[in-house]
Amino acid sequence: MSTVEREPLGNGTVYTETVVWSPPEAFLNEVPYQIAIVSLEGGRRVTARIAGERVAIDDAVEFVEFRDCVPCFRKR
Amino acid sequence: MRPVAIVGIGKTAFGAFADQDLRSLAVEATNKCLADAGAPAGAVEAFYLGNFAGPSFVGQNHLAPYIATAAGIRGVPATRFEAACASSGSAFFHAVSAVGAGLYDVVVAAGVEKMTNQPTPKVAEILASAGDVCGEMKAGATFPALFAMIANRHMKQFGTKREHLAAVAVKNHDNGALNPLAHMRKKITVEQALAGKPIAEPLTIYDCSLVSDGAAAVLIVPAERAAEFTGKPVRVLGIAQASDAVALDEKDDITTFAAVKASAERAYRMAGVSAQDVDLAEVHDCFTIAEIVAIEDLGFCKKGEGGPYTANGCTLRTGPKPVNTSGGLKAKGHPVGATGVGQICDLVIQMRGEAGERQVAKADVGLAQNLGGSGATSVVTILGKR
Repeated sequence: MSTVEREPLGNGTVYTETVVWSPPEAFLNEVPYQIAIVSLEGGRRVTARIAGERVAIDDAVEFVEFRDCVPCFRKR
Repeated sequence: MRPVAIVGIGKTAFGAFADQDLRSLAVEATNKCLADAGAPAGAVEAFYLGNFAGPSFVGQNHLAPYIATAAGIRGVPATRFEAACASSGSAFFHAVSAVGAGLYDVVVAAGVEKMTNQPTPKVAEILASAGDVCGEMKAGATFPALFAMIANRHMKQFGTKREHLAAVAVKNHDNGALNPLAHMRKKITVEQALAGKPIAEPLTIYDCSLVSDGAAAVLIVPAERAAEFTGKPVRVLGIAQASDAVALDEKDDITTFAAVKASAERAYRMAGVSAQDVDLAEVHDCFTIAEIVAIEDLGFCKKGEGGPYTANGCTLRTGPKPVNTSGGLKAKGHPVGATGVGQICDLVIQMRGEAGERQVAKADVGLAQNLGGSGATSVVTILGKR
């Protein structure tokens, strides 16, 4: 994905995901957290954070917001 | 290109060495390699160094002359190559290219990393910088997380199971237990591997390679001069480096590495051999899933069948296609910048028939696959005794 994105990304599906238990320094307070690669409508993929409920591959997700330039999605 | 031969190898042990710094490790490997070939440091015409993150791990830059001069190699080109975990594979590729092209005759390719002086979250952060810092790293993706996402996709598409991943770990620990230079010399069971501490689901601590200190070096010369240095030269039959996008989300299919396939194809063609001709391989098992993807991409088995192929014992030391008889990155250790040249050393040890208890029956053609990041760099090397 490009470095600066501000337009809402809409809906997508989960291409793959993981729950991180051993984080880099900056994420020590957030463990465990889920990240995913989301396929957007139109086919482009983005690396994203998942908010709320855990998601699995092929789940439908909707865009929530950008957090520090990183798109955040939740289960639809 | 004129034929190139490896005439000297030198490795430090891989492990956590509080009393050794980056330079002393690299000098030790270089000196061992020169001694192995009976070559004086003054004969070396160029020094190619692979190192991923010395500036971040230990704060030192300008590493190649820093190490070369300490090893007594003075006045010649000394250059550092950075390609994440494929740093010294890339240094070796460029060294072979230069000797092959006739620029030099006597060249050292080395690799080193000093990692264990940093706490784990800091190590995770430094390693993550080999991914896409603006996307993956900001989202909180570590390298285990990137390979966990590859594993989940591979499981979904091909039915790969956690037991298959565990089979890779068990095999490589079995081999590492026999390698006197390995970081971890203990066997593990499938049950242990499955019950390991979670790192990034579905990967546990037993799916991840080790954070290690270590260095490795080889001396290469034109094949026609090999006899001046050794009675057991090993020829570079084929070698290729290829690249791809750094970010996983830019790849069409994350269950395969396009750069591995491209570099393997070129290396096979250059060597005039096929996957069937390979007697043994050292592949880049930074995570267990990476070994499964590697053996598929290299053509040892069909796409999607790497898990069962491993669980059926095909890649055991005693199997038809031994993979990572050194213990791999999983058990031997993964001092990132040393790994590529370390793999070459491990193949040469087998091809000279000097692997002791872990010696395989036939070691005429060896293949090394060194991966950078989540597939953005790949170097594949094919070695032969002919």
